[in-house]
Formats: sequence, structure tokens, C-alpha cells
Amino acid sequence: MTEPPANRKTALDATHRALGATMTDFAGWDMPLRYGSEREEHLAVRSAAGLFDLSHMGEITVTGPQAGALLDYALVGNLSKLAVGRARYTMICDENGGILDDLIVYRLGQQDEPEYLVVANAANAQTVLDALVERQDGFGAEVRDDRDKYALIAVQGPAAAGILKQLTGFDVDGLRYYAGERDIVADKPALIARTGYTGEDGFELFVSPDDAVAVWEALMAAGKDAELVPCGLSCRDTLRLEAGMPLYGHELSTALTPFDAGLGRIVKFEKSTNEGRFVGRDALATAAERARTAPPRKLVGLIAEGRRVPRAGYPVVADGQVVGEVTSGAPSPTLGKPIAMAYVDAAHAEPGTKGVAVDIRGSHEPYEVVALPFYKRH
Amino acid sequence: MSNPQQLRYSKEHEWLSDVEDGVATVGITEHAANALGDVVFVQLPEVGDTVTAGETCGELESTKSVSDLYSPASGEITEINQDVVDDPALVNSAPFEGGWLFKVKISEVPDDLLSADEYAAFASGS
Repeated sequence: MTEPPANRKTALDATHRALGATMTDFAGWDMPLRYGSEREEHLAVRSAAGLFDLSHMGEITVTGPQAGALLDYALVGNLSKLAVGRARYTMICDENGGILDDLIVYRLGQQDEPEYLVVANAANAQTVLDALVERQDGFGAEVRDDRDKYALIAVQGPAAAGILKQLTGFDVDGLRYYAGERDIVADKPALIARTGYTGEDGFELFVSPDDAVAVWEALMAAGKDAELVPCGLSCRDTLRLEAGMPLYGHELSTALTPFDAGLGRIVKFEKSTNEGRFVGRDALATAAERARTAPPRKLVGLIAEGRRVPRAGYPVVADGQVVGEVTSGAPSPTLGKPIAMAYVDAAHAEPGTKGVAVDIRGSHEPYEVVALPFYKRH
Repeated sequence: MSNPQQLRYSKEHEWLSDVEDGVATVGITEHAANALGDVVFVQLPEVGDTVTAGETCGELESTKSVSDLYSPASGEITEINQDVVDDPALVNSAPFEGGWLFKVKISEVPDDLLSADEYAAFASGS
């Protein structure tokens, strides 16, 4: 018998344990699930601010004169046109159009020295890295595994900007949503990005693992008056669910195309490079047509009338027939009711459709079909 | 965390109080409450229902999961804690006190329930 390999630990591991975090295994990493009440952590992000360790996310750097052309070919977006200092939500698909991962890509460096930071989900980082390496043949570009080069700390919530401003001379207010630039935070070099996965304003700070504890502690101190609290992955999941953001392995998979997931808008058929060729193009064109003319299931929101909570995999039913499947479900701290995302047959997917229920362990609990997201910040 | 010495414990992480006038109180342990995370919904048996030791008699929903509730003893339900139905967070904040779940008129108590120290050892290994 061989022992399973030990989980990886982030640079902030001792910090989490000192804070009394409940740790969990997530994609081979020991990550904080919650520090106290996940509901209170969730509400803190909505009303003040929360601090997250997201160092499990996978960073891949792509450089070289044809870095943009490689990403245009390898991903579904038009990344060569991404302006320096901006970020884009995009996906990497296989030849069949199936989603390998969803990504955020940051354009860094100079206009004439292309440099992109590709951020993949922890569970898919190796897949994304392998696919980019395989797809780079013939491009003047270098793909570099930078997973060990970064710790990732996110400060999210309406008070996030005010907290960050105390620790940097950088023009925080001038940074737009989905933009990122290198500067200094708490005397440490950092990529400061205005991105997140909570539905709130907020920042993601890519720093050296050697600097992670110092940056985390500086943020905790700067956020004391604003009631910044450390937040675990449990509330991250309910925050993104309320914000209607998909999670790979739940709403996204290789069995689905971006069009199936209602995210066809991120697929750019008009690309600036490679005469428009990119991996999955033909299959995605077919998927786009199918989504337009004969959509299969659609991703919808469901809000409970009762108090029992739908979970991933539970059937959605109408008139005793299965018409869909829950992909994510949780009690919503903001709405005070159970909510879910689900793929539902088009006939039952319109907001307000009557008679839709979730089969919760044999009992058909009534649910209201709503448009996503459940929560939008003001 | 400390488990009150006067209670007895099941391996399904329920506690059972001393029997007074044939009736004992049931709840879940602090260890179980911490493992569940924030409890948002409890479904309890109804007054008059008969419960059997080691069998499911309700469920607890938390942010991440749903868990079956097992009765640590057999008997008839005489009272449920309406406060915990209205405010399930009591299970987290006071699992051994205000977060109790139901009272049962005992017909049989299994002889394999654990003492506080035995349960602490069991829970730390699970």
C-alpha cells in the first residue's frame, strides 16, 4: 500500500491554522473552508469586505511576439486584441467544443512585448497547461508554468477599495473592472487586478509566495476598522452562486460547449489572427446554430418556496417528468431562501414558468424559475 | 470543545440526556455541528411519532450538505424544539443547550452508547 500524496499547502497555511480555519481538500490543496460561520463570512463580503486565499488557482504565463496569436488559436476569445492592462473572461475548449476550463486572461507587459497571465482553476491547471503547450507548435511564443511563482490573495466587497488604498500608492480608483497592473502593495511587488468571483467590487492580488503572509497581515490590519474578515471557500461558493457565476465541474464540463452554458457571447468567430482558425471552431459554429434554432437545456436560476435545499445532481421535475438537473444549490444568505442553478429543458426555462419543482430526496418541492443572477450589486 | 459528562453519545454524533420521568432530551454534538457548518434547516419527527435507536428520524441541512438525523434511543416523541425549527443556527451556537432537538419517552436505550470521554476519543478519530 502506498500513501496517497500529501495535499499541497499554500504559503498562508500556518496563518489559516492560527486563525482556527476548518480546512478542506480542494483539488489536491489544503484550503480554508471557513474560519467561523460561513454565513457571516458571506454577509461580510456583501456589506463590508472579505479576505480570501486563492493560491490554489493555476497561473500560466504566455510570452513572445506571437503570444496573442497563440491564445487566439488556443482559446475561444480574441486575446490578441486585449489591451495592455486589461483582463478577459474566456474559455479553453477541445476539438469538439467541449469546455476544458474557464479562465481569466490578463494582458501585462508592454504593447510591443506581449505578456499574458492565464489563470486556470486548480483542478484544471495541468490540463490547461498541457493543452497550451500542445497548441503552441509553430507559434513564436513561450508557455511557462508559473503555478509556484504566485500566491493569490483576494479582497472582495464594498470596502475593498478603501482597504487596498491604505497599502499602495497605486491609483486604485483609476483601475477599471477587469483590469490589472503591476505595482506595490504593502511594500511588496504585486499584480493588482480588479476581478473576483463574488459579485462585489474587489481585487485579486498576485504576489510572491514569500510575500503572501506579509501582504495578508497588512490587509487584515488595514481592514480592521472596515470589519474585513477572512473568508473560506464555502462562502466563496455561495457568493458566486448568488452572482450567477458558473463553476467548472458544476455548470461547466467537457460535455458542454460555451453555448450550452449560455456563455456563447465569449466565443469570438471573428479573430484577428490565424485567418480565424482556432481549436474547436467548427464544432462551436454548429453549437451556436443549435443554441439559436433548437436550444437544448438552458441554464436557469431556481428559488425555493420552501426551506429544503437543492443539491448538485438533484432532478428538476414538472408534471412528474424530469425536465432538468440541478448543477449547484445552497441556502442563499442574501435571499434567505434556498437557491440553485440548473439546466432545464427550454420548454420550462422561461422565468416565471409554473409547476417546476426539484426532487429533493423523493419529495417534489416547488421552485420558481428566475433569470440569473440572483444578486446584483448596486 | 468539551462534551458534557452527564450526557451519553451515539456514534452518529447525537447526545442523550439523563432520563427524567421516563423522558430524555436529544441533540447533536458540538463536533457534529462544527462538521456540518451553518445549519439552515432542521426537519424533526412529530410529537407522537415512534423513533427507533440507530434509525433516521429527520434531517439537518447545512450550507454544504444534508445529513440524516438518527435517534440515539427508542421511544415516542413527546416534544420538539420549536425554537430550533425557527432558528436552526441554535444547533451551531448552543448544540448542548438551546439547540436541543426533541424529547423522547424512552422505551429502550441501547447499551452501546458512549460516555463523554469515549465519544471524544471516537470523534477525534473520525
